Amino acid sequence: MARLAALTGNNAAAEAIRQIKPDVFAAYPITPQTELAEEVAQFVADGILDTEYIPVESEHSSMSVCIGASLAGARAMTATASCGLAYMWELLPTTASLRSPVVMVVVNRAFNAPLNIHCSHDDSMGARDSGWVQLYSENAQEMYDNLIQAVKIAEDETIRLPVMVCMDGFIISHAVERLLLLEDEKVKNFLGEFKPVHSLLEVNNPVTIGACALPDYYTEHKKQHSEALRRSLDKIMEVANEYAKISGRSYSLFESYQLADAEYGIVIVNSAAGVTRTVVDKLRKEGVKAGLLKIRVYRPFPAAQIVQALKNLKVVAVLERTDSFGGVGSPVFTDISAAFMEAQTKEKPLMVNYIYGLGGRDVGLKDIGKVYANLQVINQKGKIEKSFAYLQARE
Amino acid sequence: MAINLKELAKKEELFTPGHRLCAGCGTAVLMRQVMLAVEGPVVISMATSCPFVSTATYPYTSWKVPWIHSAFENAPATISGVEAAYKALRKKGKVTQDIKFISMAGDGGTYDIGFQALSGAIERGHRFLHICYNNEAYMNTGIQRSGATPLGAHTTTSPAGKLIPGKREFRKDLTAIIAAHDAPYVAQTTPFHWRDLMTKVQKALAVDGPSFINVLTSCHRGWRSDIKNDMQILRLAVDTCYWPLYEVENGKWKLNYKVRNKLPVIEWIKPQGRFAHLLKEENQPIVAKIQQKIDENWEKLLAKCSAD
Amino acid sequence: MRKLQGWKDIPIGTAIIEAGSSVKYLTGEWRNARPEHNKDKCTNCLLCWIYCPDGAIIVEDSQVTGINYDYCKGCGICAAECPPKVKAITMVKNQN
Ligand SMILES: Cc1ncc(C[n+]2csc(CCOP(=O)(O)OP(=O)(O)O)c2C)c(N)n1
Ligand code: SF4
Ligand code: SF4
Ligand code: SF4
Ligand SMILES: [Mg+2]
Repeated sequence: MARLAALTGNNAAAEAIRQIKPDVFAAYPITPQTELAEEVAQFVADGILDTEYIPVESEHSSMSVCIGASLAGARAMTATASCGLAYMWELLPTTASLRSPVVMVVVNRAFNAPLNIHCSHDDSMGARDSGWVQLYSENAQEMYDNLIQAVKIAEDETIRLPVMVCMDGFIISHAVERLLLLEDEKVKNFLGEFKPVHSLLEVNNPVTIGACALPDYYTEHKKQHSEALRRSLDKIMEVANEYAKISGRSYSLFESYQLADAEYGIVIVNSAAGVTRTVVDKLRKEGVKAGLLKIRVYRPFPAAQIVQALKNLKVVAVLERTDSFGGVGSPVFTDISAAFMEAQTKEKPLMVNYIYGLGGRDVGLKDIGKVYANLQVINQKGKIEKSFAYLQARE
Repeated sequence: MAINLKELAKKEELFTPGHRLCAGCGTAVLMRQVMLAVEGPVVISMATSCPFVSTATYPYTSWKVPWIHSAFENAPATISGVEAAYKALRKKGKVTQDIKFISMAGDGGTYDIGFQALSGAIERGHRFLHICYNNEAYMNTGIQRSGATPLGAHTTTSPAGKLIPGKREFRKDLTAIIAAHDAPYVAQTTPFHWRDLMTKVQKALAVDGPSFINVLTSCHRGWRSDIKNDMQILRLAVDTCYWPLYEVENGKWKLNYKVRNKLPVIEWIKPQGRFAHLLKEENQPIVAKIQQKIDENWEKLLAKCSAD
Repeated sequence: MRKLQGWKDIPIGTAIIEAGSSVKYLTGEWRNARPEHNKDKCTNCLLCWIYCPDGAIIVEDSQVTGINYDYCKGCGICAAECPPKVKAITMVKNQN
């Protein structure tokens, strides 16, 4: 029977890791990921989890350990946040192009400066083009569910890509929440065993991994990687459907809430979807056709599906917890804009981009209510005056 | 364990020709010797460097053992992961053979940018051998100074100019620094001393824990030497006591070659164009400074090696 | 000309599965001086063999039987390291 538990996001991730049973887990502490790294260490110390726990001297080494372990045929996992993700940055595209199915928890935290230990999505959003699959989680339950699915996606022999599973630092990582956990046995059977394509430990079949490629071969390696990531979209859905069967919880590429007939929509990532849903409910009662699109799979980007979901709306606001400094807009905004360009639909909404919640700034009902109000004003005027704004910056 | 060339020549070469290291590259001599010394299965992790770009250029590889490269500064961390996987999978019965692990990096990848990863992996006690192919500069990027570059040497980032006579700092004593980690086996050698080198590789691989070998290896491009004399230059490094052959086994220091007729350091300096400016009259104080440092270090080493 | 493979055909993750495939890459043309080995003088001490960076000294039954010009880059180390009293290898300049 499934267990009901009261856990923080970090606890939930640790619990998933205990059930996933990685052969190798390497991590370096950083707020707000620390409790997760500690908890896994305690599992190992208590003999609850049989894992080679490598307490590395840096995040650069945690990813290096994972690359080595994964390409030697081990299930390898790690977790980090913010500066830690930045510190291992060099290895993110390497992990992906070497096709090592490492699974990493990213507890989203703002980048310096000024130093701030709270939530922004600077870290994982900045890493969006590194060739990893990225899954985002609104709450501890989704973190738990996503993490288990991530391993299955990563290790699928047609995919073989690393997966990053993200949740909001403190807001989710440190808040206790009730969630349902699967039985250990179910997780074990769902995941099966990891079988590497080429293993460094197959000494009778020696393989050279990570050679340099000159211009004559570099493109082919990158194309191969690019195709695998694109292809993973179907696999992610397949895994979600399979997971629904054992858990009773179903996941899609993104969540559409009251979107089918909506006129005004907010696109949002991670925990702030909760407060947005509440505002949608309230507006619906008042007769305003508000809706929400919450991104779950950000890489690969489900462009066509998102266009389908948004094309009939009147005005859409893409809310993000990070800025793409000097860009057209923040990452998700830019992607959705490009997706409409690519789809060449006749129908498309007006779209604005608001930056919110930086460094853990609370986002409340009022903030979100104001956004929907803005969208209605834009609709009345029929044009956008300001397409990009920091929602909560004091003048 | 005595090494005999005739027996050795019967072994399969696990480092194959067709690599693109320069003609006469000392690192290539070292790689061949290491791979001839190895007995039983090994896995190698190599850092970005000359031998990386030259021995694994897709779709060609000079390696007949499992081999991985992922970055410049992380060869010891990467092998830590492979070794951890080995432990985990061995316990589960998925791997049955005895396998040894080697990480390799140049002086840049060992003394400088890769130092943290090496220090961490040794402290964590992984069972692996780290070999530093130390040609005393960043050769792959075109001869820049490193923490291993000796005082006075010209490199492109420590150039000898009208005002500054080459590198202004002494190199760091990395072998001693690693010995201070209390790794069970630490040594330095050169490929000219092939028997010493191969014996050390075998000893290091037999250890149940981390081990480290710092190998001084020639690079005629960086050293501006006459290619064919490079092995002799390595001999001079040892005969001048610039690069003593020693090992530290479980904390016990041992000199592997007692230099009887210690040659003046100028003998090591002379054949290398990177030191050409040091032959000038006005730079004699630098030569004297180098000599003094060598003498001091040699005395210290003798004291460590005789202390029982 | 060697045939270049397409992205669907290459093993995933940059893997090279043919161990030691560099033997197909001949480096002999880099040479601008050619070592010549004199069997009559040679004492088969194998020093040339252990010092050759390119594994180009051919040893059969503990005897040096020649030089593999497919790979020999002509560095001259073998000739320099052959004991002075023997000098069984001579470098011939400007000859491939
Ligand atoms: C993070 C990073 N910084 C810089 C480089 C550029 N780089 C590649 S190899 C190299 C120098 C290698 O020097 P060393 O380790 O001494 O090896 P060698 O080439 O001399 O054998 C440098 C600076 C890199 N690849 N990665
Ligand atoms: S530059 Fe030096 S180290 Fe690099 S391949 Fe040439 S000789 Fe060897
Ligand atoms: S010249 Fe150099 S490469 Fe050629 S056989 Fe002699 S040592 Fe080997
Ligand atoms: S070094 Fe000279 S004597 Fe010794 S094996 Fe080679 S050619 Fe013969
Ligand atoms: Mg170097």
